[in-house]
Amino acid sequence: MSLTRSRSTPKAGRPTVGRVHELAITESIVDAIVEKIGDGPVAAVRLEVGRLSGVVTDSIRFCFEIVAGGTGLEGARLDIDEPSGRAYCRDCRREFGLDDPIMLCDCGSADLDILAGRELRIISVEVR
Amino acid sequence: MCSTCGCGGEDETTRVTLVDGPEPVHAHPHDHAHPHEHPHEHEHETRTVLLEQDILAKNDLLAAATRHRLAEHAITAINLMSSPGSGKTTLLERTVRDLAGRRETLVVEGDQETWLDAQRIRATGSKVVQINTGAGCHLDAEMLDRGLNELAPPDGSLVFVENVGNLVCPALFDLGEAARVVIISVTEGADKPAKYPYMFRTADLVLLNKIDLLPYVDFDVDLCVDLIRRLKPDVELLHVSATRGDGLDAWHSWLDAR
Repeated sequence: MSLTRSRSTPKAGRPTVGRVHELAITESIVDAIVEKIGDGPVAAVRLEVGRLSGVVTDSIRFCFEIVAGGTGLEGARLDIDEPSGRAYCRDCRREFGLDDPIMLCDCGSADLDILAGRELRIISVEVR
Repeated sequence: MCSTCGCGGEDETTRVTLVDGPEPVHAHPHDHAHPHEHPHEHEHETRTVLLEQDILAKNDLLAAATRHRLAEHAITAINLMSSPGSGKTTLLERTVRDLAGRRETLVVEGDQETWLDAQRIRATGSKVVQINTGAGCHLDAEMLDRGLNELAPPDGSLVFVENVGNLVCPALFDLGEAARVVIISVTEGADKPAKYPYMFRTADLVLLNKIDLLPYVDFDVDLCVDLIRRLKPDVELLHVSATRGDGLDAWHSWLDAR
């Protein structure tokens, strides 16, 4: 990013660096589910991973296969909803959508309230 | 399985050590007995179980408990985060020495391996616990909880938590600290805030370190500061040199206000 970065600038290399913490996130997912429903076989897991959460869903999918192995979640389908980001600009008092981690309003302000897009939630599981 | 990078295992490899003299005292983590329940018959039909919980709920709950516990004892915990080599440990050595006599200061050191940083801090006379994360590349709330149990900070004290040098993973993990300080040094790229926006957005204070080296490096201070402000407009920002002492009075004042 430069000072004049526009919102259309491609995101820089996120999947590469992203893989680092997604494994911890994925472990938390598997642990939380096993804790709630035991070792019983799980057919599917539904997650909500907002586009501003800092978590890369491709990496979650990659890690899930590894982490779920040997648990009741092995082979489970992973459904991931990715809610878009929404923000309110305190300077120009406008609400708008944004999916870029560099959060800027078109007016140039970074003074934003993030309304949506940071979700990192386990929604449900389908138990066999 | 590693908490972050995929190699090793977190519970098996995380080690918490009170570094006190040449022979470190090991704290052995307890075994976790997890009774696994098998609550249901196996059926061919699937049923949907709503969980509706935050993925990091367990970490965040423990962090909240830690925050509450520390506040009850008027203990201030400061989470220091940066890239490797930004001068975190040098700043800590200096700060611990400078604050001697003003407020009791203790340190939790996070590194993948070695007690080297803890030994540097120990040499200042401060009580220090080393957490070795093994393959893990950040501290989490459970590790700090264990570290604090080992450290046993007295009421009213100041606890610095030196996180693993990494601008990615520590951003997502609340430890229960009172404030988060991100350090960037002028020997790094001035565009680092843009590359690691999540980290800088979580900061309460950013320290721009090694400013004594500015005449010798190509570092655009204005660009760096502008990028930081774009990520977090209200963040506090101090220019310091942990070796020469620039800006440290302001740093101490910031700490005194916590």
